[in-house]
Amino acid sequence: MPSSASEPPASQPYDLAVIGAGPAGLAGAVTAAGLGLSVALLDASEHVGGQFYRHPAATLGAVRPEALHHDWAAFAGLRRGLEASGVSHLAGHHVWSVTGQDGDWAVHAVTGSDGGQERPVRVRARALLLATGASERQLPFPGWTLPGVVGAGGAQAMLKSGLVLPGRRVVVAGSGPLLLAVAGSLAAAGARVPAVVEASGYLRYARHPRVLATNPYKLVEAVVHGGALLRHRVRPLPRSAVVAAHGTDRVEAVTVARLDRDWRPVPGSRRRIACDALAVGHGLAPQIDLATALGCATRRTVDATAALVLGDGQETTVSGVWSAGETGGVGGSRLAIVEGELAALAIASRLDGQTELPQSRRAVRLRRGRDRMRAFADAMAAAHAPAPGWTQWLPDDTDVCRCEEVTAGRVREAVTDLGAGDARTVKLLTRAGMGWCQGRMCGAAVACLAARGGGPVPPPAERRPFAVPVTLGALAGLDADAAPGNPTDD
Amino acid sequence: MVGAACAYYAAQAGLTVTVIDRGPVAGGTTGTGEGNLLVSDKEPGPELELALLSVQLWHELAASLPSAIEYEAKGGLVVASSDDGLRALRGFAARQGEVGVTAHEVPADGLGELEPHLSPGLPGGIHYPQDAQVQPALAAAHLLKAAASQGRNQPRSRSRPRLRLRLGEEVTGLLTGADGAVRGVRTATGEVRAPYVVNAAGTWGGDLAKLAGVELPVLPRRGFVLVTEPLPRVVRRKVYAADYVADVASGSAALQTSAVVEGTAAGPVLIGSSRERVGFDRSLSTEVLRRLALGATALFPVLAGVRVMRTYTGFRPYLPDHLPAIGPDPRLPGLLHACGHEGAGVGLAPATGLAIARCLTGGEPPVDIAPFAPARFGPEPLGPGPRAA
Amino acid sequence: MARTPAELVGAQPEPPFEITLDGRPVPALPGQTVAAALWSAGILAWRTTRVGGRPRGAFCGIGQCYDCLATINAVPNRRACLVPARPGDAITTQEGHGRAELSV
Repeated sequence: MPSSASEPPASQPYDLAVIGAGPAGLAGAVTAAGLGLSVALLDASEHVGGQFYRHPAATLGAVRPEALHHDWAAFAGLRRGLEASGVSHLAGHHVWSVTGQDGDWAVHAVTGSDGGQERPVRVRARALLLATGASERQLPFPGWTLPGVVGAGGAQAMLKSGLVLPGRRVVVAGSGPLLLAVAGSLAAAGARVPAVVEASGYLRYARHPRVLATNPYKLVEAVVHGGALLRHRVRPLPRSAVVAAHGTDRVEAVTVARLDRDWRPVPGSRRRIACDALAVGHGLAPQIDLATALGCATRRTVDATAALVLGDGQETTVSGVWSAGETGGVGGSRLAIVEGELAALAIASRLDGQTELPQSRRAVRLRRGRDRMRAFADAMAAAHAPAPGWTQWLPDDTDVCRCEEVTAGRVREAVTDLGAGDARTVKLLTRAGMGWCQGRMCGAAVACLAARGGGPVPPPAERRPFAVPVTLGALAGLDADAAPGNPTDD
Repeated sequence: MVGAACAYYAAQAGLTVTVIDRGPVAGGTTGTGEGNLLVSDKEPGPELELALLSVQLWHELAASLPSAIEYEAKGGLVVASSDDGLRALRGFAARQGEVGVTAHEVPADGLGELEPHLSPGLPGGIHYPQDAQVQPALAAAHLLKAAASQGRNQPRSRSRPRLRLRLGEEVTGLLTGADGAVRGVRTATGEVRAPYVVNAAGTWGGDLAKLAGVELPVLPRRGFVLVTEPLPRVVRRKVYAADYVADVASGSAALQTSAVVEGTAAGPVLIGSSRERVGFDRSLSTEVLRRLALGATALFPVLAGVRVMRTYTGFRPYLPDHLPAIGPDPRLPGLLHACGHEGAGVGLAPATGLAIARCLTGGEPPVDIAPFAPARFGPEPLGPGPRAA
Repeated sequence: MARTPAELVGAQPEPPFEITLDGRPVPALPGQTVAAALWSAGILAWRTTRVGGRPRGAFCGIGQCYDCLATINAVPNRRACLVPARPGDAITTQEGHGRAELSV
């Protein structure tokens, strides 16, 4: 429980609640505390770092956790900053909703490693910083539900935190810069990686030479990945996709096809690669459920995801709610740290009664850095945006919705026979996206199929009022007096 | 849902129909409803008459539409929380019985047999076997599909389909002729000419009426539904607390909640119900969630450990006297209304649709629709009517 | 070149303990999640789906996809990729919704 110097007196709200203890949230919380704000930092995990800086529990005794990370030093610095700060770190807090309450914000969470303890917790704050990161985008293909087919980010996460691999011979596939990092990590950790199958062409980066040239850090990162891949004899297969995974109870092989410009499989180009696992993903998509439930406006990114609309000081379109990191468009940890810091400056200034954005040298420098890195992120995203032809590798009998086992055929039928023209209506008519994950895995694919053309269509900025599932017992145990929306009798 | 039913019965009567919606199929209140087809919650009167006919029509529709609409004639169980409550419930059921509702009293020791997970110690309840349920979005979509295929085998209709869907197209005005009668509607992309226009815009029916220059005071009454994780059949019927009936009939703006719990064919249990007049505000109210969860776990303690995956909000179209507006509008010849069914739109849709189709073809409505007269809240047109097209 | 993830980071873990999957012993390291322990043992599936009865295990690895749902110590629908393994944990392959006993 919180026991820090900056904890506000009982019944008083915190100045700031930060949701998400990844790079953006850590930077935001530490910076805000340094500016004298009382800060609560909530995160579902027991460990800070978010997905990017996921690391093994202390009991696993990793002497060199940095071997699985880039830029570990930046994280080590943030972690030291957090320890030295007065930030109340509320670990193991799964935030399921944020609501407005008497001019402040009420952050509602349940506790436990997977929210299973179900103790309802409410944290009040004057300002809110959403640093909820991103999750991986998936595009389905036959066999993608077989055990051994895992998210590329998922394989990376399991490796970073649990020191485990999904198999010995792991094909890495999908699209986006993350694939190279994943392949490098898997190979370094002892897996054979027979191929990295990338749907786009890496040459597309070359279309943005100026942006690349002004982001030397990213170039270094690319060279590091490239070098590691060469060392481990990993073969990159650009302009290709895994169009099927084979096996009965687990994956035994994949079929790879060359793709044309529109991501349509090229006839006659299919070949089989034996493997015992496949790590697959099509880039990251902002995780913005809490924000959209509050009514924050979204925008379509160049690679067809929905990201938050943010002002120059990282404020969302809802006054009093700021956001930093991947939620505003996927851009990596360096950008997230800069945005977190910038948001903290803006929040401190606002809580101090200023209406203008801070113009200090620090703020100006941060804004400049952010704008430069955002431009780079957009260039990268544009290079990996899914093209509409991908639906051609999706036969009617393939499950699109993993939870409710809804096939592509049923989705197509809802569109052609029942008049569904958008993801929400497809969901109502087929249950695609109504299961446990609430469409987080199938949303991008369903949106493409609903739009008939095959996409790229951003999934609608769907409202998920429950960012995580909560037991009825926990809901029934919410604090009645404190709960907003209490009616006054008339 | 009401619009789909009007289209279905009108097409069946041989009319050609164009369905215009600014959103997708079931994009309004239909897509946020539970799909209740209830007689149990209605007191004797015109609405119950409509409900009794609808229950029968739904039964017939279920036989001709695909099973995908998830029609379940599962019955309802109204549970009292006190002996006084049970007495009141008994009297209510007796009066319903006089007008054709089947209702059986269930003694305290009989509740467990009907619903094994029901909390022990409840004094008893009333079982209503006529209550049923559909999945509303699927029902609306399949009803429209069936309407479109009406008369497809007749060669005459090949050149002109009996039903056209114009989705994602918003009506921006009504067209009227020199005689002042309706000639069709104008949308963002053009004009649709027709001698009759049916206002089935649900909660937004008042806005459409305003476009036609007539007043229809439809107001939104917000409701939340909680959806649990997928479960086996834990709740067999629609089970609700007796105070639900009072809440349905109340006109208060303040938040009212009463426990309504039911399973679905797909697995999740649906939990309602809340009623409050807060305009079209979609923001989450944790107080509503708390009360719904309390009510549901009081009836079914086994649900306490079950997770809620999502909640959805809908806006019931509400008229001041809790009755819908059904039938021709005397203030504007050619305009008919079929909206304002509050929380019972799915249940009352077929009877409404049939009544509208009869009005359009000069037939006798299947029930007396005088109590639903659209002009009952104000006979005079609002300001200048729509300009002649 | 490192041969295992543990060697890569120079892990010196605390002593392993045992959990079970359907009664079969599986070693786990302190600090590993249930999913990580099962992966270590080469086990990739510990659930069957509600409709098709198909095997599933961890997919997203970060608690988002709910494909790794497991019955842990008789409690269904725990996310195995988030829940830390504890000595003696009894994991059972979860069938469908995992709550067959509630069926009426």
